[in-house]
Amino acid sequence: MQEAMKIYFELNGEQRYVEIEPGESLLSLLRRLGMKSVKSGCETGDCGACTVLLNGRAVRSCTTFAAQVRGKRVTTLEGLGDVDDPHPLQEAFVEAGAVQCGFCTPGMILVAYELLSKNGAPTPQEVRAAISGNLCRCTGYVKIVDAVLLAAQWKREGKWR
Amino acid sequence: MALEGKVVGRNVRKVDGLALACGRPKFTLDLDLPGALVGKILRSPYAHARILRIDTSRAEAVPGVACILHHGNVDRVPYTTAGQGWPEPSPYDNFLFDRKVRFVGDRVAAVAAETEEAAREALRLIEVDYEVLPAVLSPEEALAAGAPAIHDEDDAEGIYDAQHNIAAAVDIPVGDIERGFAESDVIVEASCEIPYSQHVALEPHCVIAYFDEDGRLVLRTSTQVPFHVRRIVARVVGLPMEKIRVVKPRIGGGFGSKQEVILEPVAAALALRAGRPVVMALDRAEVFTATRTRHPMRVRVKLGAKKDGTLHAIEMEALSNTGAYGAHSLTVLSNTGSKTLPLYNKAPHLWFHGKAVYTNLPVAGAYRGYGATQGYFALEVAMDMLAERLGMDPIELRLVNHIRAGETSPIFEKIGEGREGKPQTVKSCALEECLRVGAEKIGWREKRARRRREGSWAYGVGMSVSMQGSGITGIDMAAATIMMNENGSFRLLVGATDIGTGSDTVLAQIAAEVLGVPVERISVYSSDTDFTPFDTGAYASSTTYVSGMAVLRAARKVREAILEVAAGMLAEPPEDLELAEERVTSKKTGKSVTLSEVGHRATYVVDQRHIIASASFVPEESPPPFAAFFCEVAVDTETGVVRVERFVAAADCGVAIHPKLAAGQLEGAIVQGIGHALSEELLFSEKGRCTNANLFDYRIPSALDVPALEVVLVDSEEPSGPLGAKSIAEVGINGPLPAISNAIYHAVGVRLTRAPFTPARVLAALRG
Ligand code: FES
Ligand code: FES
Repeated sequence: MQEAMKIYFELNGEQRYVEIEPGESLLSLLRRLGMKSVKSGCETGDCGACTVLLNGRAVRSCTTFAAQVRGKRVTTLEGLGDVDDPHPLQEAFVEAGAVQCGFCTPGMILVAYELLSKNGAPTPQEVRAAISGNLCRCTGYVKIVDAVLLAAQWKREGKWR
Repeated sequence: MALEGKVVGRNVRKVDGLALACGRPKFTLDLDLPGALVGKILRSPYAHARILRIDTSRAEAVPGVACILHHGNVDRVPYTTAGQGWPEPSPYDNFLFDRKVRFVGDRVAAVAAETEEAAREALRLIEVDYEVLPAVLSPEEALAAGAPAIHDEDDAEGIYDAQHNIAAAVDIPVGDIERGFAESDVIVEASCEIPYSQHVALEPHCVIAYFDEDGRLVLRTSTQVPFHVRRIVARVVGLPMEKIRVVKPRIGGGFGSKQEVILEPVAAALALRAGRPVVMALDRAEVFTATRTRHPMRVRVKLGAKKDGTLHAIEMEALSNTGAYGAHSLTVLSNTGSKTLPLYNKAPHLWFHGKAVYTNLPVAGAYRGYGATQGYFALEVAMDMLAERLGMDPIELRLVNHIRAGETSPIFEKIGEGREGKPQTVKSCALEECLRVGAEKIGWREKRARRRREGSWAYGVGMSVSMQGSGITGIDMAAATIMMNENGSFRLLVGATDIGTGSDTVLAQIAAEVLGVPVERISVYSSDTDFTPFDTGAYASSTTYVSGMAVLRAARKVREAILEVAAGMLAEPPEDLELAEERVTSKKTGKSVTLSEVGHRATYVVDQRHIIASASFVPEESPPPFAAFFCEVAVDTETGVVRVERFVAAADCGVAIHPKLAAGQLEGAIVQGIGHALSEELLFSEKGRCTNANLFDYRIPSALDVPALEVVLVDSEEPSGPLGAKSIAEVGINGPLPAISNAIYHAVGVRLTRAPFTPARVLAALRG
């Protein structure tokens, strides 16, 4: 048996020093730490429900080892905003009707966040391409694309904080 | 807009939307339960086998293993996993664990252990000796003479003909079918087949079983049917119902797959045996192979029509594969006829007949569309063939034949949910308008007249129509409780099960409309068998209509109670008072009191009482929503690739209480239907093992696979529904298969009758 080890990393802006199990996935670690927005839909890297940002880039936490985030910055949906102070993307998802069951929503918002941080005026096709690795079975994606475009518009209008 | 309400008909904020968009821990597994054991299931490697010996001694020795259950140490209780009303129409052919396994993935044993690793290790060490039996891997094999009987146990109940592997059968003649065809000028026939497909709700099935401080069993579970879970678990584990509480938190999608009580009895039995909480979560492969699927079905439709296009005779024959167990076998089969044939009510001669047969393949069950999807594929392809034979426009043919408001069909009475139905007159139908709007949006006339071709790509347009129901007549029952807080806000308690559809919001809107408050003043809670009133659950497109009526009735009672209190305050009779904008106002004097004043007075001051009311509703009819579907496809004649370029749907769901949520239901259903048409199919080895039970090989549509999709809600008003509403959840999934097949025919002149329309199938069809 390998020894459990401890790592430092930054989680939603806070330094954490935590024990991780040998071979533990980032998904498992984050959920253990209470980040329940990180969802498990397949654990084979195919659905995107477990998406988090690693140094600002969207990654699948189910196929990322916890050990890989040592010294890095991890953002989960909890790090973007909460109900009393939501992020505009979170608002946009509600406004556009993009949330049905909400199980894909955390991952969708995080990939959208990454997209909009690089491209403030995406076309619908660019949005579709950006979210194409994240599956949603409820919405047919129509309103998710609307939501991302709406958030982008708000960003251009200077409504993001 | 049929009804321009203050709240109804408006896109209010989804009541749980922001919390979900912020990732709040609202789902089943988001609750950490210290000391919970992990439950895992040992599954059969064989499609059909008898368990000769099972030895758990080595597995039990694994450190951390709390208990292991198998057929040798649990009670044998026949039951059905199908979460339906009672008495249950599905056969009692399941056992918690059986001496026999009937498909690859069937339950052999279950383990509860301190850690996942220990549980897995224990599964590995359970020794099982099997006598492998010949497997039945298709409905044809199941019906062949001398086929092995899959359910040869003598204690199953309600199987139609176990010896011949027939779980259920229907035979419904109306009029004289032979005369009907003899009197017809034109006859066409289509036979269409749908394979194994899976719901792929993004949240896998999961449950937490634990005990409350009084030792009662609590099941926090991802379900569409909390009250059926309670009833079925009580039966299987032998607890009185009142010792079980079922909590439904937020659910990550269901589409029918969670109308099945699959995991809960296992988790309950493990928790009871171990005396400790147990968490169980299926992995995606288990969801694919060991939860439920759509019933694979071959449906043959024969149409006889007069020269003017009027249908005169319709025969529909269905062969349904229910897999290893008969969950929903009879009712899905019945719905294949009952949700399709009334649409074309002009034909006096009908014959609907079919069988649902057992095979040693995964278990089929409820899936959005529920048999109608299978029926419409064949029916609407046959209609396209008929239009061609008659030289008629397909839209025209539908206009000549479809049911209208004020009309009925004998089928409503002949086929119910596992028993006879009830007569019903359609009271609202805007299908004509749906057809008109849809045709205009897609550019039907021009595109139909001129087939486009670009290099190897051929373009075509096709269409289809469908209807569904709104709840189950005489069987569904929903109840709601509304209580007023003294500050004039309300608590709405419903057994209705929001599984992501937004029904909590829709129901709050109905209450808010009646109570004259904004939705924010109503906090909704669904659902918990201890604290919310009964509801049969989220299935059969029932929630808006059935649960909505219960909420409407409860809200009206609360309104009356409010007016009564206010009458005392304003010294005027209740008839002269009006409730709106959080006040009760006299229509005569204009004097008013606020709801908060009413609440405080009733709670603390005079003639004290809690303003609270409950109401129930049982539907006497199931008003169908209607929809028309149009699509444009491109077919690559060299590779066989089909691209859906555009898809337009126009639907009549009565008054859309929340248009955006209704449109979202339609969009989601259509995209699932497009998946069925283009890519989705579970594949099996010759030993019955599923070979693509993962989200990479079983392709559901991604955002890049979705065509330009436009949905239109066409107004109508359903007089029997809550504030004019009927259902929307299912009707959309019936359209894509036939519409796309018909569009492919328009593009390249070949009929695709076996879904999905993969490049290989399209090429094979093109090459004749
Ligand atoms: S859970 Fe990680 S991609 Fe599905
Ligand atoms: S909203 Fe349910 S999976 Fe996307």
